[in-house]
Parts: sequence; C-alpha cells; structure tokens
Amino acid sequence: MPTKIEKDSVSGQMTTGHEWDGLKELNTPLPTWWLYTWYVCIAFSLVWVVLYPALPITGATGLLGWTARGALPAQQAAERTRIEPMLARLRAATPEQIAADPELRGFALAGGRVAFANNCAGCHGAGGQGAVGGFPSLADDDWIYGGSFEAIQHTIRHGVRANESDEQRGIAMPAFQTTGMLNPNQVSDTAEFVLSLTGRSTDAAAVTRGEALYTENCASCHSDRGEGNRDLGAPRLNDRIWLYGGDKAAVMRSIAYSRAGVMPSWQGRLDPAMINMLTVYVHAMGGGE
Amino acid sequence: MFKKFSHGMIERNVLLLGVLTLITISIGGLAQVVPLFTIESTIERVQGVRPYTPLELLGRNIYVREGCYACHSQMVRPFRDEAERYGHFSLAAESMYDRPFQWGSKRTGPDLARVGGKYSDDWQAQHLRSPRALVPESIMPPYSFLDRPLDYRSIQQHLRAQRALGVPYSEEMIANARADLETQARPEADGTAFATRYARARQGAFDGNPGVVTEMDALVAYLQMLGTLVDFRDVTPEQLRQQ
Repeated sequence: MPTKIEKDSVSGQMTTGHEWDGLKELNTPLPTWWLYTWYVCIAFSLVWVVLYPALPITGATGLLGWTARGALPAQQAAERTRIEPMLARLRAATPEQIAADPELRGFALAGGRVAFANNCAGCHGAGGQGAVGGFPSLADDDWIYGGSFEAIQHTIRHGVRANESDEQRGIAMPAFQTTGMLNPNQVSDTAEFVLSLTGRSTDAAAVTRGEALYTENCASCHSDRGEGNRDLGAPRLNDRIWLYGGDKAAVMRSIAYSRAGVMPSWQGRLDPAMINMLTVYVHAMGGGE
Repeated sequence: MFKKFSHGMIERNVLLLGVLTLITISIGGLAQVVPLFTIESTIERVQGVRPYTPLELLGRNIYVREGCYACHSQMVRPFRDEAERYGHFSLAAESMYDRPFQWGSKRTGPDLARVGGKYSDDWQAQHLRSPRALVPESIMPPYSFLDRPLDYRSIQQHLRAQRALGVPYSEEMIANARADLETQARPEADGTAFATRYARARQGAFDGNPGVVTEMDALVAYLQMLGTLVDFRDVTPEQLRQQ
C-alpha cells in the first residue's frame, strides 16, 4: 500500500510511495535526452500520418500519393536503365563470344552465379554437383545432351520434357516390365549386362543372356557398348556416373519402370541475356566442351 | 481538476485504465484499416484466378496441417529485390479464394508464392521426402510420411465449407469433386470435363506413382500451381490499381 512520498536520503530522489516489507521504490525521472527524443518521435509521427497512408481524409495514399506498388516501377526502370547497356551486349553476343571477351565473361560469370543460385541450385546443387535421383552433375564432363555452349543454351531455353515447346529435350524411355516387353528375369539379366559394361557383373551366364536382350531392346538408344547417344538424351552406361544410382536394384528399376526426368523450360522466365550468362557460367563449372 | 488527472489516478482506476488502453491501441489499428475504406475493392481486376481443384484444396489443407506457413511465406512484396528473385509481386486477387490466406510473416525457407513450375514434380516429391538429399545445406524437416494414401472421403464437404465462406464452387464442381480429384492425380485419365471446370489445372502423377492418390500427390499438385494462374504478360498497370 502506498505510504507517504518522501525524499530518499541516499540518492536524493523522491520515492513513489510504494513500500513492500520496508523496501521503498524510487521515482527516478526519465533522462532528459530520452524524454525529448520521445517528444520528437511523437511530432514526427503526426507529420508522417498526414503524408503517408493513415488517415481517412487523405485516402489510401496520404498527401504524398505514395504506395509501395506505385514506387516500384520507377525503381525497376532506374535499375534496368543502369544495367541495360551490359545486358544488351550480353543478349547480342553468342555464349562463345561472351566467353572469349574478358569483360563480358566477367559479367556473365558474376550474373550467372547469382541466377544459378536462385534458379538451378535446387536441383543441380550449389556447386553444380547434382544429386542422385535424376539431377545430373554439371561440374563433370559427362553430358546427357552435350556440353557445348550451344547445347547448354538449348537445354536451358527449352528444358527437358517440360511440355512448353516443341524443341524441348527428352524422349520417352519404355517401361520394359510394365509394358510386358521384358519379364522380371529378363530385366535382371539385362541389368547384369549393363553392370558388366563397368566390370561389376557377378554372373557370367546372366551377362550372356542379357547381352542379347540389350542388343535387341536398349542398343538403339544407348549404343552397342553403352556409349549413350546425346541426340536422343540416352545417358552413357559404360561409366561410373549414374543419374539414379548404379547398383543393380536401381538399374533394374530403371529398366522395369523407365525414368523420365523433367527440367523446366526457362525461356519464358528468364531474360535472354540471363540465359546467355547462365550458359557461360555452367560451361565454366568444369565440364564445358 | 486537471491536476487530478495523473499517472496515479489511471493506475488506481481499472476501468479508466482499460478505456484509455483501448483508445491507444485502436489508433494503431485504425491507421491500418481506415485508409482501405476509401477503396472500393482491394482485389485487382486480373484474369485467370480460379478456385482450387479438389486435389489442390486437400494439398493446401496438408500445407496448413504441417505448418508450412511457419517457415514459408506466400507473399512477394512490391520491392525490387523480391521481384528480381521471385517474380511479380503478389496480388490480392491471387489469394482471394484462400480461406485462410497463407501469406505468412516469416521466411526461414524461401517464399513460395510463385514456386509453381520452378521445379519438376519429381524434385518436389523427392525434396519433401528428404530435403537434404537434394539440398545439403537445407534445414527443412523431412516429410516422407506424406507417401501415405490421401483421405478424400469428405472432399465434397470440404468444397461446401469453402463455398459457405464465399468461394464460388458450383453445384457441378461439388457433385464431381471426387471424380475430379482422381482425374487430376492420374495422367492417363480423360480430363476434358475436369479442364472445363478448372482452367489451367494440370493432371499428373505428382509423386511418381499413378496407382494410389497420396498426400504427396495433393501437396505437390498444390505447390505446382502456386502463382501460375495469372499470366502477367497480359496484365496492364491499370488492372493492378486498387481503387
């Protein structure tokens, strides 16, 4: 309960008059600098609510007529004007020409790095290392559709099985077991032959049986000895790089049910200059041809 | 009289304290709400926004159930850096059929307002099952349990509930809800009637398995349509004005 307000003998301040078991509360005034800053803030806010959207009489924009949406186009236009000369050069040049010109190449690598992190890294990894499950590495020299400037640019533009343009990559691999073209034993034999291409088969008889099945069903796209075919996007089978895993179970699953990875088409989403920058950046990741 | 009106007086009178607190807080609320009274409609006049398909709606329910909004916003703000990264700023019209909206207030993960079509269905499903298998630096929890069958016995009631809240689902949409849901999850099913009811909706085996309709199908179908309904190539600044 409040007792009497008195002067504290130690600090010289008045008390609030509150007391708990003999403890009394000091009523220390706010520092002057703090108090005046507070008054200035109040004055500032009174000006602000008139200039910016807050009061019914000044409508949804305030006296300044400001909105975030209204301010955005000018900011975007200013930035666009600033970078357009460089974008125009990057748009007009082919990726080869960009890579050959040190100035353009520097801009393309810097811009490509940012665009890659935003748009590509989710699937292909922050360093282009890819991931098992159908997300190819871009940092090695094993290319499904080719690693030349032109091939990379085409893949970025049109995507793989993206259903957005006729020029997209990717044909359909048959699901050999689902469609009844191979029975489960034949799938196993074919997988043994595929493993033998990298010296990993453990069953010589199955390899012999699988070779005939491979020649009949797989060789037209993946070539006789698993060299692959870039025109069709048929991956190499005679190296140790596997999109969906290289153990027998994964290879059998690929043969039985097929695989059909999808990459979005970026033509409508990204500026052509940005696609050129990305092309140069991906080409420089380690496997460019 | 004026001298009596002091800190001590407010502190001693609960009713007075309550009334003055209410007035103080109201000023903040009114400053946000009142300017909107001068606008006839905050919904922009753009084309293409439609109610969610039954499969997308259940996917959205899973999004809410799993609390995705706690880490992912669905609101591209009208700032230059956000437009550079995510695309056109979000419109009120794009969430006009959201009950409740999923704008969110915190981004631990990226904004998802325009994630539709940015990744493949396969990536979305694999990433939900095991985020770090694809993005090693990710801190998102895995959702591999979503591969269980989707419970859609009450899909018609879900549409009815949305209609009661103002989403324009027609009798035809409600009557065909179950069939539409199954059609969208099966790429080989005949989608002619489904497409007339839900423009720009895509059929697919979203989780890679067309045999069973799973929660993963629903969630991926929902994620893949986010932000794709309005074609911004046709939008004029006039249509974006809130007036």
